[in-house]
Amino acid sequence: MSSLDAELAGDLASHDLIPPHAHGRRGFWREARWPARIAALVVGALALIALLGAWITPHDPDAVDLAIRLQPADAAHWLGTDHLGRDILSRLMAGATMSLGSVALAMALILTAGVTLGGTAGFAGGRVDQVIMRVADVFLTFPTIVMALFMVGVLGVGLTNVIIAIAVTHWAWYARMARGIVLSLRRRDFIAASRLAGASPTQAFIRHLLPATMAQLLVLATLDIGHIMLHVSGLSFLGLGVSAPTAEWGVMIADAREYVWTEPLLMFWPGLALFISVMALNSLGDALRDRLDPSLRAEHGH
Amino acid sequence: MSALAAKNRDTEDRNVGARRRRDWTMAGFIVRRLLLLPVMLLAASVVIFLMLRLGPSDPALDYLRLSRVPPTQQALDEARRALGLDLPLITQYADWLWKALRLDFGQSYVTSRPVLPDLLHYLPATLQLAGAALVITLVISAPLGVWAARHRNGLPDQIVRLIAAIGVSMPNFWLGFLLALLFSVHLGWLPAMGRDGWRTLIMPAAAISFMTLSINARLLRASMLEAAGQRHVTWARLRGLSPRAVERSHVLRNALLPVITATGMYVGELIGGALVIESIFGWPGVGRYAVSAIFNRDYPVIQCFTLLMVAIFVICNLIVDIIYAWADPRVRLAAEGAP
Repeated sequence: MSSLDAELAGDLASHDLIPPHAHGRRGFWREARWPARIAALVVGALALIALLGAWITPHDPDAVDLAIRLQPADAAHWLGTDHLGRDILSRLMAGATMSLGSVALAMALILTAGVTLGGTAGFAGGRVDQVIMRVADVFLTFPTIVMALFMVGVLGVGLTNVIIAIAVTHWAWYARMARGIVLSLRRRDFIAASRLAGASPTQAFIRHLLPATMAQLLVLATLDIGHIMLHVSGLSFLGLGVSAPTAEWGVMIADAREYVWTEPLLMFWPGLALFISVMALNSLGDALRDRLDPSLRAEHGH
Repeated sequence: MSALAAKNRDTEDRNVGARRRRDWTMAGFIVRRLLLLPVMLLAASVVIFLMLRLGPSDPALDYLRLSRVPPTQQALDEARRALGLDLPLITQYADWLWKALRLDFGQSYVTSRPVLPDLLHYLPATLQLAGAALVITLVISAPLGVWAARHRNGLPDQIVRLIAAIGVSMPNFWLGFLLALLFSVHLGWLPAMGRDGWRTLIMPAAAISFMTLSINARLLRASMLEAAGQRHVTWARLRGLSPRAVERSHVLRNALLPVITATGMYVGELIGGALVIESIFGWPGVGRYAVSAIFNRDYPVIQCFTLLMVAIFVICNLIVDIIYAWADPRVRLAAEGAP
């Protein structure tokens, strides 16, 4: 950036004509501390395993072989086999696809609903705002797990329905957040400038408010995603999510229940995978928040 | 001496007056919140009702399936009429509400028994578990949070930070298994199953409370540090009060306010946790009953269960709000209309 450009940018910023998300950022990696770097590596590795899933598992995760059931770890099966002789490591890797995929999908739904409804409420104001936020208030009076259980009861058992249920239970938090951000920004000069330049309200919203809102919501999302992962696997553990043969960490723990006293490792591995993933996601979320938006430090608990 | 006594009496009188006024405004506040309670429950009941009715499946079909009647067209029509599903939605809701007001929530499709008495039979065990978890949360997180705040960025702070990071990432059902393996199988200290006195309560309650106590320890630390940065705290130190006295009466009291608010959220989290954990420890709570109802799509049970849980959650938050208003003079004064 030449000095003239820098001067112009500074000038525009000082006149509040640049949206806050447009400011430059330095590299995350270079500034992050060691726990955050490890967390980023773990999340990256998990994402890779989840994406490659079926191609890199050492065995077929669903192949039943009762002759080798409940084997301890050996060279062929690094973590041993389960009660149906399936390779545990392969099932853990296949489970990563299920667990991370379903959480990512749920998060995408939540963000879409939250930004659309909350953004509309904040930008439109008036009666629209009232209606949307009162509905959100009703959803906030439900404890999340109870609401999720109820939604699964309405929609029926299954992973898709669990994802929808999680989205239904969480959108209101994000809508409230999005509305707050939009309200704080919509009277700023850069919105007026874009409107003066001929943008329609929708264009102004999409071009100038959406990026800023999304940036903050994504931070909230990274902080929340571990929590949501625990919700999804908890529902799976109760048998409401993924059905039996499919590998998913919550289901694997539920499957291992009968053998928990005799073969505790069967239950240990999927739980450890879940625990490490959630912890890595949480640490990454913390680091991102500290970096992008220190004002979000106030707790977000539900 | 008499002047001093008169002055004392004077302040006492004023204090009594203030207390009386405070009681009065507190009563107003509580009444207003109590009036809001049925409104919230009504709104929740509308949402529950609409979602169940507008959901993708047909209650009449589920009813026949659970009664093991072949779903012929005639049987379906009869079931619809018997369940009132042929009436307009508004009428159905009004009918349901009228019965619900008289505590009649219908009968289970599976057992044909009235729903509410069955739920109330299982509920106390769940509430006991969630209550014990709340006690553990508050009792353990308080010293942890204070300890971390006292040694900001020191070793204790790092230890509490690590415990909290583990606590918010640990799946509670997995933790339940690990605790049972350690304390029941290996050490043999605690019974692994059932509901028989405090010894059976410890492990499930601990498994549920680990997450909330982690959150609360961090919250208390943060709010203590914020409260300690206030100018009146500096003033109290300058007056020569001991560090412990400053902490007790100037920092901790203010720092507890956010914790009171958060406790309302913990209640929902703990009840949800109890529903999941019950199945591991064979705890005879409402969780297993609800989960089997969800499997079977036993609509009256699902409806009543959800509403009951919302009611408990809302009432707990009402209590929390009242405690908050009582504890925070700013809310009291706002209620009095003072500037």
